[in-house]
Amino acid sequence: MQEISQLLDAMKASPYEEVIVRAPHTGQVHFTAPAVGSKVSGASGEWKELPGTPIATLIRENNPKIIAAPQTGELRHVHIELDGKFVEAGTVLAEIRHFLSREEVISRLLRHALSLFNAPERAKYFFTPIVDAKVKSSGCRSVTVQHGMELFIMSRMKREMPVYYTGPTGIIYSVYFSHNENVDAGSPLIGVCPADQVAGVEDMVLRVQTEWKERE
Amino acid sequence: MIEKRAQHLTDRLRYIEDIFAGRHAEEIESLDTSLSEFFQNLADGTMDDPMAELTRLETLFAEAERRLDADLTPMDRVRIVRHPQRICLRDILENVYDNFTEIGGQEEHSTDPGMIIARATITRRRGKKKYNQLIMVIGQEKGHGEEFRNGGSVKPWGNAKARHFMGVAETENIPIHTYVFTPGAFPIEDYPGAAQQIARNLYEMAGLSVPVVTVFSEGGSGGAEAIALSDKRLMLSHGYYSVISPEGAAAIEGRLKPGQRATPELVASCAEKLHMTAEDNLNFGYVDRIVPEPYLGARPFHYDFFRTLRQEIIRATDETIVSVRRFGFMRKIALRRLARENMDEMYLRWSLSDSGREKLVAKRQKKFLKLSRGACNDKRPALNRLRRFCAETWQSLSAQIKYTLYTRHQQQLSNFFEETASFLTFLKNRMLYPLTRKPVKPRMKPEAVRALTTLSEWDGGERKSRWVYVSPRAREDRAISCPNAATHGCLDLWAPDLYGEFAGVCTSCGHHFPMEYQWFMNNVFDLGSVHEFNAEVEAINPLNFPGLSEALEKARAQTGLASSCVTFEASLEETKLIVAMLVGSFRGGTVGAAEGLKFVEAAELAEKKSYPFLAYVHGTAGIRIQEGTHGVIQMPRCTVAVRRYIEAGGLYVVIYDTNSYAGPVASFLGSSPYQYAIRSSNIGFAGPSVIRETTGIAVPPFYHSAYKALARGHIQGVWDRREARSNLHQLLMTAGGRNIYYR
Repeated sequence: MQEISQLLDAMKASPYEEVIVRAPHTGQVHFTAPAVGSKVSGASGEWKELPGTPIATLIRENNPKIIAAPQTGELRHVHIELDGKFVEAGTVLAEIRHFLSREEVISRLLRHALSLFNAPERAKYFFTPIVDAKVKSSGCRSVTVQHGMELFIMSRMKREMPVYYTGPTGIIYSVYFSHNENVDAGSPLIGVCPADQVAGVEDMVLRVQTEWKERE
Repeated sequence: MIEKRAQHLTDRLRYIEDIFAGRHAEEIESLDTSLSEFFQNLADGTMDDPMAELTRLETLFAEAERRLDADLTPMDRVRIVRHPQRICLRDILENVYDNFTEIGGQEEHSTDPGMIIARATITRRRGKKKYNQLIMVIGQEKGHGEEFRNGGSVKPWGNAKARHFMGVAETENIPIHTYVFTPGAFPIEDYPGAAQQIARNLYEMAGLSVPVVTVFSEGGSGGAEAIALSDKRLMLSHGYYSVISPEGAAAIEGRLKPGQRATPELVASCAEKLHMTAEDNLNFGYVDRIVPEPYLGARPFHYDFFRTLRQEIIRATDETIVSVRRFGFMRKIALRRLARENMDEMYLRWSLSDSGREKLVAKRQKKFLKLSRGACNDKRPALNRLRRFCAETWQSLSAQIKYTLYTRHQQQLSNFFEETASFLTFLKNRMLYPLTRKPVKPRMKPEAVRALTTLSEWDGGERKSRWVYVSPRAREDRAISCPNAATHGCLDLWAPDLYGEFAGVCTSCGHHFPMEYQWFMNNVFDLGSVHEFNAEVEAINPLNFPGLSEALEKARAQTGLASSCVTFEASLEETKLIVAMLVGSFRGGTVGAAEGLKFVEAAELAEKKSYPFLAYVHGTAGIRIQEGTHGVIQMPRCTVAVRRYIEAGGLYVVIYDTNSYAGPVASFLGSSPYQYAIRSSNIGFAGPSVIRETTGIAVPPFYHSAYKALARGHIQGVWDRREARSNLHQLLMTAGGRNIYYR
């Protein structure tokens, strides 16, 4: 718990992440980036099909390649001194300061606090009848899980198989699947939190939701 | 009663305001003032005779409508046909036909409420006897502002429903009346797909053996064509029939980016330039007759109009029937008589005999094949044409003799001798086996022994290109990045390698870069076997659309071609075939009258020579919108040519390369039973930005890619460019049609 609290404090102290834009390969660099301090955007669109703001053009063997901003943020520094010069792969071209959103902060905190149990294969998942009744009547946080417990029924076409929970003992903090919908293999089914830390995590999330200031 | 009539006048005033969109403001203001004064006086009770005043107002409105009608612009007509007060198909069903039952759905409970189908009857008399004549009515329904009708923009499954009931009418041998009330088809690719379904409808209608009469109100491009390949085409005087909506044309002309809207002036100017009114289409010969409407267009209260429409639709059906009945001299008399008769007072049976049905189909097909011949510049010298005609006739005759008489009997004899010989050999071997049995000693040639027992050697020699044609881009000294580099980790490729040896294919992920049409032309067919014909047919600017002549001149200079369609005879592994190629670099491969003429003649030549017919689509952006209906008529016209070819036993194959969209895919290309795509292809009805603008639905990346088209069942396979020759040969060997020379 202490660790999560420290993490939140660290994020509050520097509520952003520095994104370094590097040359993907050798070539002659020509900067096309906007002025330092202006906002740049990363790939956007429903399928991330729209490229981000152009930062530079890297030319190798007469092949111009646009280097776009990988993340939305504020352009902190552009190594303009390299303009027109030949650079090696990995050379830093620009730095972007990406301010963390509320969702990103919560997601990072939960990633540290929760133990995720993932779907072993693409299928529909249900809680076992006893667990399901408990979840429906008192919510998922009323269920304590332990290693080896029969927790899910995996249903694929006409085949139904029990799935046993593996991981640390704790309560189900969040459920990531919906009734009668397929879950891809590797996607999280539940997030488990040790019982003594639940109150702390809930408090932390509440604090982020109320106190975190969005910068972008 | 007074209130109802007064409300009716208010509706008429709103209608006039809407269709003139700010024009004739003074006149409309004056009508508004008169109507407001009437309402005021009515409320105050200061009028002596309100009924007389109302009658005076009605006369005033009628006179104003007559005056304003003379000043209608094409854009005003567009607003008329789209107005919620405009007559819709249900009004026609209720007022033109004596009885009807809607089938294939009710209101919003339908696969597509934008397309309605009804079984209807028309009652006619001869003396005291009554006859009920049965009809299948098919058409788009705009409704009076009903949202679920989607403005008559029919989804692919709506067109599939129409096609199904066309088949039902054919089985029952009853005529079909189709009513076109659509701004265009709903451009989505979900199965059966907008383009592919319209193509299937056109193909079906090209051979439908019952009379089909079409009435156009709003004829928006492919959506209209889906039900309009008919024997008689009537058009309402205030309707429009166009290759594209004026808004769509304005977006292209104004080179608008997604999200930008065209100015009303630009839209109106495009409506003018597209020549889409009833008079224009009658002059071009794309409609047979105009049905006059009341001033400012027909609305549901115009009962006289429905009477006129009933007469016209019955007359058109009768004319179609009479024109294919026996006894030619009587036919002429009957046709003349039909022009002046009250159609309800005479009776003509609407079912056709088998021979009549055959004649009907042939007549319809010939009618469409003749259209739009004057809308291109046919520079072929008369002597050459005569020589060509003689040669083709001779080739056709010799092909008939060779493949129908000689080959068929030769094949039977050859089959008999082959089977007898193999049976005798088997018998002989069985009988002589005890005498001739010897121990078998394996014998190997010394070269084979050496190859197997020693190490292989470097064969040396210079590096030779596999390809006859190499793209000029291979001369550039530069590297090219694969668009999949970020996801697949593809390395940069050197242009001479990529465009030379690799044939424009990324060696890492197999991404196909688009190539020039010459690549396919020279590397797929046998060396030196390509012989072009009809190269003299030139695309022109039949509507004098501003800027098109210059654009065509520029395209000619850049490509050295006279139109975007190149037709040639070629051979592949000694299999001769006729090819029609749409070149994407000439005005985007758009199809107009010249391209249509060349395509039709290529299909006809393939039929005459009994050769397979290949449509290689290097790229096509659709119908050339600047040619207006001269362009859109190529959809049914070329489909008719394709149907005639296939029915004659031909093998029609389509291969897509680069981008193929819109009209051609939704007609003569989509009607091929064998459609294949090179991996570089994108195939669809409308591009992503048009789909987004029209439907409000954003489409994911690669929505139109060849593999997506394959998954939707629109094409039969995806080919690697480097294997196009062997794949095409394999297809010709395995899918050859009956009576056709393909080996």
